[in-house]
Amino acid sequence: MENKSSGNGYWRATRRLIFSLLAIWAFVSLGLGIILVEPLNHWKIGELPAGFWMAQQGSIYVFVVLIFVYAWQMDRLDHKYNKDDDS
Amino acid sequence: MTVETWTYLLVSLTFFTYLYIGWRARVRDTSGFYVAGQGVPPLANGAATAADWMSAASFISMAGLISTLGYDGSIYLMGWTGGYVLLALLLAPFLRKFGKYTVPDFVGDRYYSRFARVVAVIAAIFISMTYVAGQMRGVGIVFSRFLQVDINTGVIIGMIMVAFFAVLGGMKGITWTQVAQYGILIVAFLLPASAIALKLTGNPIPQLAFTTSDIVERLNQIQVDLGFLEYTHPFANKPMHDVLFITIALMVGTAGLPHVIVRFYTVPNVRAARYSAGWALLFIAILYTSAPALAAFARYNLINGLHDQKLEEVRELDWVTKWEKTSLLQFTDKNNDGRIQLSPNKEESEIKLDKDIIVLSTPEVAGLAPWVIALVAAGGLAAALSTASGLLLVVSSSIAHDIYYRLVNPKASEKKRVLVGRIMIVAAIVVAGYFGINPPDYVASVVAFAFGLAAASFFPAIILGIFDKRMNRDGAIAGMIIGLSFTVFYIIANKFYGMKPWFGISSEGIGTVGMILNLTAALIVSRLSTPPPQDVQNMVESLRSPDHPGPATILDEDSEEFH
Repeated sequence: MENKSSGNGYWRATRRLIFSLLAIWAFVSLGLGIILVEPLNHWKIGELPAGFWMAQQGSIYVFVVLIFVYAWQMDRLDHKYNKDDDS
Repeated sequence: MTVETWTYLLVSLTFFTYLYIGWRARVRDTSGFYVAGQGVPPLANGAATAADWMSAASFISMAGLISTLGYDGSIYLMGWTGGYVLLALLLAPFLRKFGKYTVPDFVGDRYYSRFARVVAVIAAIFISMTYVAGQMRGVGIVFSRFLQVDINTGVIIGMIMVAFFAVLGGMKGITWTQVAQYGILIVAFLLPASAIALKLTGNPIPQLAFTTSDIVERLNQIQVDLGFLEYTHPFANKPMHDVLFITIALMVGTAGLPHVIVRFYTVPNVRAARYSAGWALLFIAILYTSAPALAAFARYNLINGLHDQKLEEVRELDWVTKWEKTSLLQFTDKNNDGRIQLSPNKEESEIKLDKDIIVLSTPEVAGLAPWVIALVAAGGLAAALSTASGLLLVVSSSIAHDIYYRLVNPKASEKKRVLVGRIMIVAAIVVAGYFGINPPDYVASVVAFAFGLAAASFFPAIILGIFDKRMNRDGAIAGMIIGLSFTVFYIIANKFYGMKPWFGISSEGIGTVGMILNLTAALIVSRLSTPPPQDVQNMVESLRSPDHPGPATILDEDSEEFH
């Protein structure tokens, strides 16, 4: 495409953002909520065992935040690369 | 007024609202019919997606399932919400940028293949039909439990409702009724949940009451005293790796469900698709974070209220006699001591609780006014109808758009295409209604199918189509066929022919393996065959650039689609 270099920069930045957010996604749900649930349960969040809380409450809150962070960061990327593009 | 009068009143009131909205939103063109003219604001699309997604099962059965499974119920909570992160980050914005009407459209265009399109259409129809039969049955069950109407009559009333607003308004009518249905179902779920939280803990916010009160700790103690494992004990029912596989399969399957994906085609632009995914998950999270609280509170309350009580005293409670009649609640005084005891041992236990009773009985157990009970009925119906209508539209668009228009008669006029779409919705409703009235025995177990198939077919095909420019027709087709046939084989062999699970992975979790097989096969085969043609590579490139006009304008109708 015409703007190959900046297009690629945009895509690289997008990919980096997506994969970092997905790393957090996997860590809180599969990591803290399932694999590490037993050790985490030695601590408490409020009155609930911490691992149990992560699985049934915390991970869901993090998911919502992740999607909004993505939308908001993509706004910034769109803005930045559209200016460079001059299109 | 009695509960029954209230239920008739609220149910008819909500039904008239849906009909009115359907009438107001009637459409004439294909864009309005399939994607609501791509004019749905992000917030409204979020609410519609939430209603589309949350089915009769989410509304009525999920809290009950969690209540029985304890920690292990987290598979549904994380699986069915975590999928939205995948959808929002990996699929929705790119598919919106692509800009066509259906998932098979993307698969067919990206892989320049009639065959790939047909495989996608068949998978979409199969996934949606298995799912919708359960929704129709759900409508019938709500009617029969709350209004003592025959289940079959209930199914037929539901069919007529959906037919009216879906046939007239297509996606536009469905969207705006789903927004209204979300409002009703969330209020209907939260009111009883808050009431029971307030009653047990003095805090009306279920999430806070769940986290800060000592109810779960006390429930743990009661469970141990009765011989159960603690409520919060991880992996009491399934080993850790199975929990992991099921959660991943549900996440990936959720992201690959065509009726959810297609909702993101209805917003005005890519930015709106990103934000509306956020709103959708926020709206879903309101129910999904209250459900575990309700599950624990209701379990605590029921065990406290029933265990070791005198049978005749228990039977004096109104709600007990009512639910005993529906056999959702059963007592048998096996040891003849005049009291009823709950026990982990099924042979000894004298109380039998159906999972659905957790949500259905809460308003009565918490002593709420009759209109709240009626509202729960209206909420259950809203959840079932909204999901059914979204699924039926996918079936209709798969046949009318992907098969009739794209493959059989590409010269069809707008008017004719909308007409075929309407006829297909009616046909799909009739088939769904038939399965609602004569449910095949395996309905409950085929839910695993919908998620497993979506995980093993669409998800990898779409992801690779966006993130791997080198992915070609041969790779995608090989991947879908291997992923699908493995998953179908495993589920059928395990569910119906008693095959022992491999490595302790249950059929609910096998979609994860199907997805990995699909990805591996696709990557290997694509690297051994010729790269995709230049115009397809250009299309992928344009999906990856900021603010480009939809690539569907590059790969237009008459471009060489079938090389």
